[in-house]
Amino acid sequence: MSDAAIPATPAAAAAWLDHPAARELARRHRLRWWEALPWIAAAVVYFAFPHYLGFGTELVISILFALSLDLALGYAGIITLGHAAFFGTGAYAVGMLAFYGIWTEPITGLLLAALAAAAIGLASGLVLLRTRGLTLLMLTICTMALLEQAANMARDYTGGFDGLPSLPIAPVFGLFAFNPLYPNTQYLFSLAVLLVCFAFLRTLVYSPFGQSLTGIRENILRMHAVGSPVRRRLVICYTISAALAGIAGGLWAQTNAYVNLSVLDLDRAATVLIILILGGYGRLYGAFVGAVIYLALEHFLAQFYPTAWQLGLGLLLVAIALFARNGILGLGEQLWRRWRGRRAAP
Amino acid sequence: MTEICLETQALSRQFGALAAVQKVDFKLHAGARHALIGPNGAGKTTFVNLLTGVLAPTRGRVLLGGRDITAKAQAERVKLGLARTFQINRLFRGLSVLENVCIAVAERLGAAPSMFYPAGKRVDVIEESMSLLATLKLDDVAGRRVSELPYGRQRLVELAIAIGLRPQALLLDEPAAGVPSAETHIILDAIERLPARIAVLIIEHDMDVVFRFAKRVTVMVGGAVFAEGTPREIEANADVRAVYLGQDGAGAANGRRA
Repeated sequence: MSDAAIPATPAAAAAWLDHPAARELARRHRLRWWEALPWIAAAVVYFAFPHYLGFGTELVISILFALSLDLALGYAGIITLGHAAFFGTGAYAVGMLAFYGIWTEPITGLLLAALAAAAIGLASGLVLLRTRGLTLLMLTICTMALLEQAANMARDYTGGFDGLPSLPIAPVFGLFAFNPLYPNTQYLFSLAVLLVCFAFLRTLVYSPFGQSLTGIRENILRMHAVGSPVRRRLVICYTISAALAGIAGGLWAQTNAYVNLSVLDLDRAATVLIILILGGYGRLYGAFVGAVIYLALEHFLAQFYPTAWQLGLGLLLVAIALFARNGILGLGEQLWRRWRGRRAAP
Repeated sequence: MTEICLETQALSRQFGALAAVQKVDFKLHAGARHALIGPNGAGKTTFVNLLTGVLAPTRGRVLLGGRDITAKAQAERVKLGLARTFQINRLFRGLSVLENVCIAVAERLGAAPSMFYPAGKRVDVIEESMSLLATLKLDDVAGRRVSELPYGRQRLVELAIAIGLRPQALLLDEPAAGVPSAETHIILDAIERLPARIAVLIIEHDMDVVFRFAKRVTVMVGGAVFAEGTPREIEANADVRAVYLGQDGAGAANGRRA
């Protein structure tokens, strides 16, 4: 039968590719019009709301961090609550190199941040990814806590609890300096980094490799049984995810011009997880939606209810967990499908 | 005698004091239709797990095409041509039927490690998966999410994934288990139409399936091979009737009547 499965003629082969399911699969990776929206919105923010560029920079970095987590958690199903380990590694790599005047160039600085985080991701991944579920979750937290303590104790190098202030970051391309009062450069630079990382990640998740990660998430035993080197795939995925988180952390250190222990703490790891769950994991744009909503809530709710804004966030999370398991984006997709179904029905 | 596809030599597995599999010498010939039967707890599942590399044997060897694969991991054995289906469906439930097969085919064709082009560009993978689905009459649901299919057709997807690996030896672990009797025939038809060159080992409780399908039957009892022969010999074997068919005499009788 499988011998007969080889199409006899090119025409027969083409006929299979005309099947709606095959067409859908062959076209899934194509860009859709609405994918321009986040970048248009980013441009609008730049020109229309110059006072919000600092907020915008923070938002862009959060999106990038959440995207890195989406690759590991949303696509490959690696349950982690310690992703700040890599964010922090990237931030401290940039911070220490700049503080001691070893390396201040921002673009290559981010590459070094990515390398440092990838190294930690690879080393920890080789050990951690032998486990699954709650054990894995605990071990990711442990890794992060160990790094945080290491950063705390190596005071002579990391500044300990106080961190490293006033990082000298060289201008981008030697021309555009980071100005703390007018964060135009920070915003545009972060946005450019996000665009590059997003393009890479989008290619990755639609690639055969990305497809196999989805397979691991959906059924790891079956992946072993189709001859997939599951552990190697997971370690590669985790390392790439760590590198992207490292870039996000590096950007954070560059745009804030300081680094402290907050980049490595559980609070940051939990926040990025909340962002991803809010927006919807395993769907790339969930990171965008989640980050916008979380940071907007934090920013604006905190203005009105400085003491109780987290209550609003908590209620939203409860609602998401109860009624929209796939996050706000998943809920949107569901409503959109129902609306289209109703329009197609009559 | 045709060449031996899959072989075990004195294969044993011990769980503490329990000898789940004891010194099993087993040969699966190329193109065979072989059934492995035995009462519950006879060690059939452990034996399959030893063959596929899910478990490591305590003693003994597994050979595939004459090559010692005892030390090989599960995924490596698949690459060498040993595929299996599971007693309970293990599918990519959130993905479409077509994607389920594509993942297996992409893995076999070596596409899966590629990161820098879209999976949709591998038309060879999609094409082969689609035509495979068509041979199993699954093409009409290729775009559906696999979890939306009735259980019987999900079992077919399970089979499609295994065939997509183009194995030399295929282990079917109770392929009709859990399928409503009205749908069993679609599974059995599909098994009957498997390419003749594949050596098939079917692990089954249902005598109906065994006698319809197998040319040769191995009976396992208490972790060891108890008897081996043609279905007729096994049926006529008084010892087998006593330990196995006897327990389930009504079922076996039904099987022959059907």
